[in-house]
Amino acid sequence: MRITCPLCGSRDRREFHYYGGAVYAERPAADAPPEAWDGYLHLRDNPAGETRDLWYHELGCSAWIEVTRNTVTHAVLSARLLAGPERQGRSARSILTKKKPNSGGKGR
Amino acid sequence: MHYSGLKVITEGLFGNKGWKPVWRNPAPKAQYDAVIIGGGGHGLSTAYYLARNHGLTNVAVLEKGYLGGGNVGRNTTIVRANYFLPGNQEFYSHSLKLWEGLEADLNYNVMHSQRGLINLFHSDAQRDAFARRGNAMISQGDDAELLDREGVRRYLPYLDFEQARFPIHGGLLHRRGGTARHDAVAWGYARAADRRGVDLIQNCEVTGIDIENGKVTGVQTTRGAIRAAKVGMIVAGRSGQVAAMAGMRLPVESHVLQAFVTEGLKPVIDHVVSFGMGHFYISQSDKGGLVFGGDLDFYASYAQRGNLPMVEHVMEAGMTLMPMIGKARVLRSWGGIMDMTPDGSPIIDRTHVEGLYLDCGWNYGGFKAVPASGWCMAHLMATDQSHDFARRFRLDRFATGDLLDEEGTGSQHNLH
Repeated sequence: MRITCPLCGSRDRREFHYYGGAVYAERPAADAPPEAWDGYLHLRDNPAGETRDLWYHELGCSAWIEVTRNTVTHAVLSARLLAGPERQGRSARSILTKKKPNSGGKGR
Repeated sequence: MHYSGLKVITEGLFGNKGWKPVWRNPAPKAQYDAVIIGGGGHGLSTAYYLARNHGLTNVAVLEKGYLGGGNVGRNTTIVRANYFLPGNQEFYSHSLKLWEGLEADLNYNVMHSQRGLINLFHSDAQRDAFARRGNAMISQGDDAELLDREGVRRYLPYLDFEQARFPIHGGLLHRRGGTARHDAVAWGYARAADRRGVDLIQNCEVTGIDIENGKVTGVQTTRGAIRAAKVGMIVAGRSGQVAAMAGMRLPVESHVLQAFVTEGLKPVIDHVVSFGMGHFYISQSDKGGLVFGGDLDFYASYAQRGNLPMVEHVMEAGMTLMPMIGKARVLRSWGGIMDMTPDGSPIIDRTHVEGLYLDCGWNYGGFKAVPASGWCMAHLMATDQSHDFARRFRLDRFATGDLLDEEGTGSQHNLH
């Protein structure tokens, strides 16, 4: 799978870190009701077909981008640079979380 | 037809002409006491235990494809009870006990093989974590043994003990862990449910869930409407689409997990072995193929196939751990669609609709859970009360914060 970064062009999927559904870019206000935070953090439409999700160009230009993809065919349809007013001054790296090595040590 | 050694001998003497289809192929009735959406491992075991434990036999399992055609036939067949957290421990411990009696209970050979599971560790910190996990397993009443390096060498002499980057310090041996024949588990439960009167209806896709005044009244299907006061949604990777028919959004994102199998070889790997410093776990099937897998591809997917970076990672990890497998040729790779929850644990719970129940979120660990999931889901559907072993598998735990994060990595969709 290759993703077209709006700044760098077509790049290997390995350069990008997947963050989840594009709903992650729509952070509720700090005083929003708990239901809004539950929806933002946990609940997903999880569509079979076209979806929008958030990726971080970790091994490239460090841009956060919103990718429109098809979850059934893995076709990448488009990607746009995500402007960050909702980040409220937090750097992109500070919200990046990485997968640890096999901490559970279990066969799946 | 009851299977037995005598039956096999008799059939062998008379040309194997007496075997009959293993289950009926009934047309759907207009009404059932309970309907289960999804004819995979969990749906079939739920149907079986509804009949066996609760006497509910006017039950239909609706499957849009063929029985056992989803994840129950696409996994790496590992059966274990090595969980750590209260809530998971009792559940998987119960599941392993059901596995141990499953063949006699179902009168079906599921080829359950308790060949032992060895999780390797590669640092002092990892040894401490595994010792703690082993103690938790023993406290639960299951088995665990901490092996040092020489202990591992005795069982797994073929590992690369000389390499410097990921030295093998030891392993946690779970003797009752092992594998089972995945298709046979689906077939065994299907046959046993059918023998108790459950209708197994294939090629029957649910297209709508009927709800009146907050109560479920039945389902719409490609083979007509079916009325039922209780409906269970047990559809794994497709949970999001089915729950949407009831107006629900779930804490589930579907991801692809890849697995691989080589050409058949003579017996070389006697256990289930997992690498502690990369995602790789392996066993050898009875047919001789090495069956192994890795981690998720880590993006939402319904494609049932993955991408090459994870293939590369799994092969690298395998070669790092046991270079002897380098000459084996990979015959197939495939992907299963995992219903991933934010904390990596499942859901067996009621919904906001009366009579509508949900069993999903099995992540990458659903196969070993097939017996206990059916046991607890049947209890929930029959009594409207959560089974004690599944009491923490709640749908609302993400909103309330009562999480079940076995890996300890956090509650977020891209972490498990």
